[in-house]
Amino acid sequence: MKRSNDMTRPKTRPYSLVGPPVATFVVIVMAWELAVRVLDIPRFLVPPPSAVLSALINDLATLAGSTMTTARGALFGFFLSSIIGTCSGLVLSLSKTLERGLYPYALFLQTVPIVAVAPLLVLWFGPGLRAVAVSAFIVSVFPVIANTLSGLRGVDPRLKDLFRLYGASRIDTLFRLDLPFALPSIATGLRVASGLAVIGAIVGEFVAGFSEGRAGLGITVLAAYRQLRTDLLFAAVILASLLGLALFVAVNTASALVLRRFRAPV
Amino acid sequence: MSSPGGDAAVPCVRARGLGHVFGDGTVALDGIDLEIEHGAFVALLGPSGCGKSTLLRLISGLETVSRGSLAVECAHARAGEGVSTGIGFVFQDAHLLPWRTVLENVALPLELCDVPREQAEQRALKCIADVELGDAARRFPDELSGGMRMRVSIARALVTEPPLLLLDEPFAALDELTRQRLDERLRDLWKRRKTTVLFVTHSLSEAVFLAERAIVMSRRPGRIVLDRPIDLPFERAGGIRTDVAFARQTAVLYEALERYDSPENAPV
Repeated sequence: MKRSNDMTRPKTRPYSLVGPPVATFVVIVMAWELAVRVLDIPRFLVPPPSAVLSALINDLATLAGSTMTTARGALFGFFLSSIIGTCSGLVLSLSKTLERGLYPYALFLQTVPIVAVAPLLVLWFGPGLRAVAVSAFIVSVFPVIANTLSGLRGVDPRLKDLFRLYGASRIDTLFRLDLPFALPSIATGLRVASGLAVIGAIVGEFVAGFSEGRAGLGITVLAAYRQLRTDLLFAAVILASLLGLALFVAVNTASALVLRRFRAPV
Repeated sequence: MSSPGGDAAVPCVRARGLGHVFGDGTVALDGIDLEIEHGAFVALLGPSGCGKSTLLRLISGLETVSRGSLAVECAHARAGEGVSTGIGFVFQDAHLLPWRTVLENVALPLELCDVPREQAEQRALKCIADVELGDAARRFPDELSGGMRMRVSIARALVTEPPLLLLDEPFAALDELTRQRLDERLRDLWKRRKTTVLFVTHSLSEAVFLAERAIVMSRRPGRIVLDRPIDLPFERAGGIRTDVAFARQTAVLYEALERYDSPENAPV
C-alpha cells in the first residue's frame, strides 16, 4: 500500500483550527435567535442576535466613537501598568527585605474593589481620561508586578554564579541575564494585564463619565440600560470584549516576536 | 611542568583544616587539608552529597569558608589580558544563554570583563576551535547536542585563559561514548594549556583516564580519605582503558570509595 507523507507527518489544517469555534458560534446564535422568538422573550430582557446586529449597524458611528474612547483609556492605563509594573517588579527583586516590605501593598492593588475606589479617582484626577486610565492601571498593574518578580526570581542560579565569578556589575547582570531570562514571565503578565485594562477602563467610565467630551463604552452601556435599549447594551458589551481581545492579540503578537528573538518558548 | 599563573613554589590551592557549615547547621566539609600544585590535573571522587561541589564552590569563591583556611593562589594570578578572574568553572549542565549564539556565549566572560568586542570574538573563536566546534560558532544552543553544549561550556570557561579550571561532573549527563570522547579532548586541552584542573566526577574510569592524581572523599561531613597519584603514562590514548594497569588504578579507587561509603566507616 502506498503511504503518503501526510500519513507519517500529520498536519494541522486551517479549518480544523477555525472550524470548531465557528461552528459553536453559529449553533449558539441560531439557538439564541430561535429561543427568543419561540418563547416570545421581551426584547428589553434578551434581544435576539438579529436585533443586536441591527443596533451594531444603525449605531455604528456612536459605537465606533465609544470604542475608540475606551480604547484610549485602556491603552493609556495598560501603558502605565507595563512601565510601572515592570519597574516595580524589578525594584522588588533587588532584595528580599524590600519585597517583604512592599509586596503586600502591591497585592493591595489586586484586592482593592475598583468600583468603590473609582469615585476617589474622579476626585483626585478629575472626570475624564485621566481617571479612566488610572482605573485601568489599578486593575491591570498587579499581574505585571507579580510576573516580573517571579521571572526575575527564577533566573538560573548557576548562571548567576557564573556572572558573579566574572565580577559582572549589577547593571550587566540585569540587562544581560535577569531581564532576558524573565521575558517569558513578563510577557505573561502583560498579556493578562491587556484584558484587565479594558475592564478597568469601562469600570472607570461608569464613574468618571465622559472622557474628553466623548462617551466611552461604559457610558454607552449605562445609557442603553437607562433607555432599556438592551440590543445596544449587548452591542456595546460585544465591542468591549472585542476591544479586550484586540489588545490581547496585539500584546501577544508583539511579545511572541520579542520572545522568538530571545529563543524563549512563545 | 611550567606553572602558568603563579609561582611554582606556592601551590595553586592550599587548604588547612578547611570546613564548611550550611545555613541550617549541616556540616558539609570538615578538616580538609589539601595542596594542589600548579599545572596539576586532580580528580575528586566521593559519594553523592559528600561536599565535592561545595569544595569547588569554596575554591571558586562562590561560598565563604566557615572553618580553617583556604588560599587560592591562582585566583589572584593574572588570567587572560583584561580579565580579572583567574578561575574558570564548568557546571554539571552547560548553562548557556539560549538567546546567544555559541560565539556570543563563549565571548560572554570577556564582555563582562570589558575586553573590546573584536578581541573578545577572536579569542572566543580560538577557544571554539580548540573544542572542535568551529562550524557551530554561529548556531544557537538549542541547535546543538548535549555533548556539543558541554564543549561550548568548556570553551566559555577557558576563554579567559584561567590558571585554574574547576569542573563539576561536566559529562555526567552524557552517554558513555560521548563522555569518553570529551574526556580525551579535555586531556588534550590540558596538555596543551597546562592549566591547573580540579575535576569532580562519580566515574572511576573517567578519573583514572583524565587525572594525574585522585582524591577520594568520605560521606558527609566530607573528609579526604585517599590522595594518591594515578600511576599511568602521561600520554594516554583511548585504548588505555582496557589495560591491566588502568584496571588496577580503578580498583584502588573503588576500594577506597566502597570502604568509606557507609557512615560507620567514616573517618573520625
